[in-house]
Amino acid sequence: MTKYKNLSSPTKNMVSTFALVIGLFLILQILLLTGSVSSLVKGQLVPICAYIVMAVSLNLTVGILGELSLGHAGFMSVGAFSGVVMSSVLKQAGASDGLRLFVSILTGCVFGAIVGFLIGIPVLRLKGDYLAIVTLAFGEIIKSIMNNLYIGLDASGLHVNMLKDNLNMTDGRVIISGPMGVSGNDKLSTFFAGFLLILFCLFVIFNFVDSRAGRAVAAQRDNYIATESVGINVTKYKLTAFTISAGMAGMAGTLFALNYSTVVASKFDFNTSILVLVFVVLGGLGNMKGSILAAIVLTLLPELLRAFSTYRMLLYAIVLILIMLITNNPEMKHVVDTVLSRIKGLFRRRKGGAVND
Amino acid sequence: MTKTNMVPVPSLGIIPERDVNRMPILDIHHLGIDFGGLHAVEDFNLVIGRTEIAGLIGPNGAGKTTVFNLLTNVYTPSRGVILLDGVDIRGKKTWQLNEMGIARTFQNIRLFNKLTVEDNVKVGLHNICRYSTLEGVLRLPRYWKMEKEAHEKAMELLSIFDMQHMANYVAGSLPYGAQRRLEIVRALATNPKLLLLDEPAAGMNPSETAELMQNIRKIRDDFQIAIMLIEHDMNLVMGICEGIAVLNYGKIIAKGTPDQIKADPVVIEAYLGRQGEESLHAEG
Repeated sequence: MTKYKNLSSPTKNMVSTFALVIGLFLILQILLLTGSVSSLVKGQLVPICAYIVMAVSLNLTVGILGELSLGHAGFMSVGAFSGVVMSSVLKQAGASDGLRLFVSILTGCVFGAIVGFLIGIPVLRLKGDYLAIVTLAFGEIIKSIMNNLYIGLDASGLHVNMLKDNLNMTDGRVIISGPMGVSGNDKLSTFFAGFLLILFCLFVIFNFVDSRAGRAVAAQRDNYIATESVGINVTKYKLTAFTISAGMAGMAGTLFALNYSTVVASKFDFNTSILVLVFVVLGGLGNMKGSILAAIVLTLLPELLRAFSTYRMLLYAIVLILIMLITNNPEMKHVVDTVLSRIKGLFRRRKGGAVND
Repeated sequence: MTKTNMVPVPSLGIIPERDVNRMPILDIHHLGIDFGGLHAVEDFNLVIGRTEIAGLIGPNGAGKTTVFNLLTNVYTPSRGVILLDGVDIRGKKTWQLNEMGIARTFQNIRLFNKLTVEDNVKVGLHNICRYSTLEGVLRLPRYWKMEKEAHEKAMELLSIFDMQHMANYVAGSLPYGAQRRLEIVRALATNPKLLLLDEPAAGMNPSETAELMQNIRKIRDDFQIAIMLIEHDMNLVMGICEGIAVLNYGKIIAKGTPDQIKADPVVIEAYLGRQGEESLHAEG
């Protein structure tokens, strides 16, 4: 029999994940202050935060809910464009940058969650491979809609249409211009905002998992029929988890979009969904720390490999395969465990010595 | 064990004397289901008293588990009426039926294997210790209050089978007998009026079975609920069941007290074949 406490207690896991995020943030702040971070990495800080949020939110769907979703970039897209529109509206209203960012991210969350909820209703009736295929389709549908969406803002308010000629604008500015996307966007996102967003999402996920609803979700992953037999409306809780996950992807989308002056819908395509899925699978299903680390490493890796120009993506793939092989190799795991326990042993001996003195 | 007097009731069933003046917990009329052309269960009629321990026996493939699946709407009946506590349960979903008072265990154990023993019971307490998802995420006072209550209740329920010390073990790693007991505890956690046990003694040794018999009786006495069980262990069935129904090829071929069933030639023939009379007596 395995004692759960010896594996990992939920609280311990939560504390160590927060410690990891805060620790990394502090280290980066120090490095930024001393000026030892290259501009290449500096430019990636906000996208990394957005990808971490994407990874932990997808981990909620794939790792905890247990359903493979291949359309997560769709929710990111919805969040990105709704957030950008909100930031433009608030600019016209004369709000401050901080308030604009905050309200925009909130808007991204709401729209991402609404779309997630609507898509979740039909999708979550399916299981396994079928669910994955349908989420893939919905991801593409969202991309196509965003690719053909025109939103303009003038004195009389917002104009939304699928054809540019039908916008009926008298004056003002076109915010989203179909396949051309958003241009002339204000870069509102900051690294600190990204850091806070990560903390918020982790807080929500950990508290969700360790509650009545989270237990219901974990139970249905283990055994669907038994969960229903103890009086739990499984569909309701699956939909709740999926909606939360989509809302977080929406927030990540807004953060991501407000980091660039131009945003196009084709950025949030199938490749992005797969990229985020790779973070989750590489980091380990249900393992938030793993998702965070994988998102950081795999976002920075292509940048660090720029020196190899043409062979960049080839090397990226090779490194990815190597990481998968090494982390899944029992012998390698054994080596790592031995080294870790030796390090722990060293500390213990030192502590013991201090007591003897 | 004191013998229960079973008395006939108008709808052709028998229930314990003590339950006669109360609404029967379960009243099934002409229940049936077809799988393709096969009548898996046909014209199934049964009445179960409020605090009765009822047995459903029959050879393999007779349709016993199918009856349980019809009662919990895992399968939707093709025909018939099921009254739970006087209420027609037609069209209710599995989880709604649990809220109405039916809890069950499964023939092939269905625990939440990756969760701890305590969490398995807490999932069962889902509708007892309630708070909203938002209260849970924001850790509002109600969350702490209800979680504390859930922990205490879970421990209390586990103590029925003396399993408190296992609370932190992963359910999937428990020995077989403990898994079966945990399933019963989980079902009890939902505060049922009728507990359906599908082969509770399967895979248990004789001393474990004897203990289980005592516990089933104790559960009935403490919680004042009806228990309906499917079991192949004749010692257990004849030992604790007050009313027994025998199913063969989807039809009830006999109903009665343990003594009546033991003596019924139709049952002996269906259950054990023509030469089986001696072995039934040996087992029973």
